[in-house]
Formats: sequence, structure tokens, C-alpha cells
Amino acid sequence: MIPASADHSVATKRGLAIGFPLFLLALVALAVTLFDPLARFGTGLPPDEGLAIERGTTEPNGIEVWVRGDGRDDVSIAQVQVDGAYWNFKQTPDGPLGRFEGALIEIPYPWVAGDAHHLTFVTSTGTTFGYSIDVARDTTPFSLGALFDLALLGLFVGVVPIALGLATIPILRRMGTEGMVFAMALTVGLLAFLLVDTLAEGLELAAEAAGAYQTDVIVWVVAALTFAALMALSRIGGRKGGTGGIALATWMALGIGLHNFGEGLSIGTALILGNAALGSLLIVGFTVHNLTEGIAIAAPVTRKTPGLWMFVGWTALAGLPAVAGAWIGAFAFLPHWGAIFFGIAAGAILQVMVEVIRFILALGRESTDSLSGGTAFAGFGTGVLAMYATAFLVQV
Amino acid sequence: MTTVGNVDHVRNGFDPHEILNDWDLGTVTTDANGRRVREYEITAVDIEIEIAPGIFFPAWAYNGRVPGPTIRAVEGEWLRIHFTNAGSHTHSIHFHGIHAASMDGIAGAGLVGPGESFTYEMPAEPFGCHLYHCHATPLKRHVHKGLYGAFIVDPDPARHPEHTDVARARLLGTPENDTWQEFVMVMNGFDTNFDDENEIYAANTVAHEYMKRPIQVDRDRPIRIYLVNITEFDPINSFHLHGNFFDYYDHGTTLTPTLRTVDTIMQCQAQRGILEMSFANHEPGRYMFHAHQSEFAELGWMSVFEVT
Repeated sequence: MIPASADHSVATKRGLAIGFPLFLLALVALAVTLFDPLARFGTGLPPDEGLAIERGTTEPNGIEVWVRGDGRDDVSIAQVQVDGAYWNFKQTPDGPLGRFEGALIEIPYPWVAGDAHHLTFVTSTGTTFGYSIDVARDTTPFSLGALFDLALLGLFVGVVPIALGLATIPILRRMGTEGMVFAMALTVGLLAFLLVDTLAEGLELAAEAAGAYQTDVIVWVVAALTFAALMALSRIGGRKGGTGGIALATWMALGIGLHNFGEGLSIGTALILGNAALGSLLIVGFTVHNLTEGIAIAAPVTRKTPGLWMFVGWTALAGLPAVAGAWIGAFAFLPHWGAIFFGIAAGAILQVMVEVIRFILALGRESTDSLSGGTAFAGFGTGVLAMYATAFLVQV
Repeated sequence: MTTVGNVDHVRNGFDPHEILNDWDLGTVTTDANGRRVREYEITAVDIEIEIAPGIFFPAWAYNGRVPGPTIRAVEGEWLRIHFTNAGSHTHSIHFHGIHAASMDGIAGAGLVGPGESFTYEMPAEPFGCHLYHCHATPLKRHVHKGLYGAFIVDPDPARHPEHTDVARARLLGTPENDTWQEFVMVMNGFDTNFDDENEIYAANTVAHEYMKRPIQVDRDRPIRIYLVNITEFDPINSFHLHGNFFDYYDHGTTLTPTLRTVDTIMQCQAQRGILEMSFANHEPGRYMFHAHQSEFAELGWMSVFEVT
């Protein structure tokens, strides 16, 4: 039997063990508050003004620009220069912009179609923030007709090539295990290129977004979270060997769909900002580019016989987001949302890559051919090169 | 198009319209030798000024205004300028005129540390339209921050028997001079974002001020403009008048025009001159004048005369 006093002393020791670090922490907090070591560094700092210029469009009555406060301190837009001349402007809502506060600047400037226009926002302290409209053209106004046109473009870019890619399944079926390894490795190659491309797009948009959002970090975080979430979701069934066949094709369609949403954003934004030449190039490029994505979805199901409706579903899942992307890109696009979206797409693509690699490893186990490694490498290389080659068509 | 809004001149402590002709005549005494002595008080201060609606510039200024006081004297007088530096940096006054080496306003000759004083002494010579500015280094910074002003020396008619009438018309306070409408315009610029280029150009500091509030002129009285260029970062500035031509006196050091019947003149930095024009035969209305560098005009150096 343990004496009561001993029991008590153990409890006291435990209490001390927990209490002491807390006591020390409180002491440190008190010391920091009292001595304020940061005070010396905070004095005499000039105002930290920031202004993110998120979107500029040329409208019938002039130029419209969406801006956002992006610094530690408020920023007041005192004057606006267009092409090196002070110009009338109206800010809605007016007044200083706090961090993250947005405003619309309307400038009744007689812009010239086909020309570039340079804007300079001069703040109350004389700090300047620049923005360029590369090619001025009538911004397509929001209308049902415009929505319809954009939807057609989205279908052409997203749905058609995916369907065409899926139609390659009879060819894929004639291949043996080695052929499958090659096809799947090719898919990994395509996805690897897509992953890098998606992250790059996301980070590029992050650079345009308000710095205070730290969108560049968010792109990575969102990608990682999406990847982890999708991995967890795909394991709900408890399969140890990972996904394969129809499930893998579906995950792949989802990942590619998210990516295509991003492509839709690019096309919609380019078109709405009057850059028709860029828009049409993007359309042709993405269409060719996306053919390979259809092949990627088809690869895991070459040995299955999914119903026709499954193919329809995958086509819709992978292709239709391009339509939604085009709409949003055209009429409601802000760079930080775009960046976050590309982050999600990157996470989804990475998840699909992991699944496909597991699938290849499983195929490799059933293959007796020692050349599988070489085949896989050849497939991967071909995939990356194919994407790189078609990406030439979408150079901005 | 112009800047949007209006500048608070009361807050600034000076109004470009007042700068046009608020001559600083100093205080005049006669010394033992019977020579007229003119004394001025100038203090350099750090001051924030509004140079365009809503744009505040951390200026260094003589007597709290940019340009500094327009010093006006008469040829042959003795000048004594008591300078106090109440600013945060070393400053000086360097006069474009004729003076001794020890009065130059450069290192070793009247460079004044914060809290210190110095008296510059020199004859009022030669007659003409001149300027003064700080000559502390770094020179560009001290100049474009606002340490400059006009320095006018009126000719003494007694010394110019062949052009007595012209000299009397220039000499402030004579009946002949009274028939003229005289304005001083210091062409300047402001680099607000430290990229060694100006975001604001103006005559007498405030962008587009004479555009929004035209300078009222009487068509029956001729106009004389004392024009000084102290624009930093650009090699030249210019003055162009709409609907009229003028005579020009380079540096103002002659009593006959150095250029006749021109509508545009250009000045290198620190160059200055006198412009004379008349609207007597013109219909009333607004006559624009501006730098004929379109860039400068659209960034603030654009103005009008309202002729009535």
C-alpha cells in the first residue's frame, strides 16, 4: 500500500512539471511586453503603401481598373496618369484603401484600339504603381450571347479533345502488358508536364495578386492539401493496392478537369481583355494539347469494358470545367482566385500521378519482361516531350 | 486633361497665384558711404507641401515655400542675405550674380549646417532675371527638393542713358513700371517616387494650378514674365504661348530683346529670361501657355491667361 503522503507528493511533482514551463512562458511573455525589443525597429518607418492592380479593361467609355490595398498602411490614390498624362478618374468607393480593400477606378480615357496603354497610380506620398494594358480592344460586354460563345469555345477546347483521346482506347487495347506500361508511363509523363505547368501558371497569377494575400504560399499549401485530401478520399474503400481501372480513370478525369478549368480561365480572360489573337492561339493550342489528356484517361481502362455512359461521364468531368473556366475568366476573374484554383489542380494532378505510378508498378510485377523499366522510361519521356511539343502552340 | 481636385493652399502656406508677384524687397537702409543696402531674411526648413491635389511632397524650402521668396533689388545696391538653416541637412544659398568667391554658397564659402547661420553679401549685379539655389551636395537632391527661387535685379535708369525709358519700365515702383503686369514663373518638377524622373511639372510648383484658376490679365496693359527654369532631371524646359508672340531677353541682362517675335523659347536648367507680350489687339478670352514638351504639359506645366 502506498502512503497517502507519497501519493500527494507525486501529484505535486506532476503539477510542478506541468506548471513550471507554463510559468516560464508567462515570464518570457511579460519580459517581451515590458522591454518591447521590437520598438527600436518600428520607429521612423516610412508608410508601407501597396496597391495591387488586379484587372484592367477597356470599355466603351474609357478604362476600368480594379485595384486593391496591399500594404501595411492605407493607400490613397491621389492622381492617375494614363500614358504619362494626368487624367480624370472616379474611384468607387472613394477614400483611402485599407489592406485587402478593393475599389473600381473608372478613367474616361479615349484609348486607341490595338495600342498599348500604360497607367500610373500616384498615391498621396507620391509613390507610383504601374499597370499596362498590352492591346486595347473593346471588352466584350456581359450577355447571353457572349456566354454562349464562350461555352462553345469551352466545349471545343475541353470536351472535344478529351472525347477524341478516349476514342484511342481500341488502339490501346491491342497492346500487351509492355504496351500498357508504355501507355501508362506516357500518361505519367503528360501529367508531370501538366503539374509543372499548372504550378507555374498558379505562381504567375499569384505574382499579380495582392502581395498581402501571400498567394504564392497559398498555391503550394492548397496543392498539398488537395493532394492529401484526394489520396485520403481515394482510400476510403480501404484498397491496399491503390486505385486502378475505372476508379483511376475517374480520378484522372477529375484532376484533368480541374486543370482544364484553369485553361478555361486563361482563354476567357484573354478574350475578354480584347486579346483575340492570343485567345484563338490558346484555343488551338489547348485543343491539341488536351488530346493527350483523353489518352491519359483511357489508359487505365484498356483491360476493362466500361459502359458508354462511363466515357460520357469522364468526358464531361474532364472537359466541361473548361466551359465554367471560360465564363469565370471572362466576367469574374481576379488573380488570387485563379492562383488558388491552379493550386487545387496541381494537387489533383499529383494525386493522379501517384495512382498511375502504383498502377505501373503493379503491371511491372505481372510482367516477366525485364525491359519494363526501359519501356516505362521511354513512355515517360515520350509523354513529357509530347506535352512540351503541343505546349508550343499555347505560348503566350 | 488635368489633375483631379484642388490643392489646399492654406495648408501649404503659399498660393501659386500670390507667388506670381509677391516680391521680397527686403529692408532698405543707407550705409555710411551713402550706398543703399538691402537686407533679407531667409530660413531653410523641412516642410511637407501638396504639389498636386492629394500628392504630398517632403520638401526642403526657403521660408516655407517653393519656389522661395522672389528677391528683388535694384542694380548697384548692396545685398545682405541673412540665412538660417532650420532644416535637417546642410544647406546654402548660391546666387547667380556677380559676387566674391567667399560668398559662393559652396563648401568653404557659406555652407551652413543645421541650426547655423551665415550672411551672404554681394552687389546687386548684373541687372536681369536670375535665380538662387542651394549648392550643398548631393546637388540634385537639394535642388529638386525645393531649395531655389527667383532673384530679380532691376536696371538703374541712371546707368543706361541710351535706354532710360526701357530701364524705367523695368524698375519696380516707377509710373512706367506700373503700366505693366509682371509675373514671376519658376518652372520646376518633382520626383515623388525617387526614380530620378519627375511625376509633377509646374510653373510655381502646383500642377495645373493656373489651368484650373487662370491668371487674370488686363488686355490694355502689357505683360512681363520673369521666367526661370530650375527643372531637375530633364535637360531643358520651354515656354509656349497660344495666339500671340513675344519678345525675349535672355537672362534679362539686356534692355533690347535678344529674340523678337517668337512664341516658343527653351531654357536649359538655370537658364532664365524676360518675356514681354501684349494682348491689346486680341479678343478677350483664354490664352493657353505651357511647356511645349507635351509630357511636361500633361504632367502639370499647362496654364492659361484669362484676358479681359
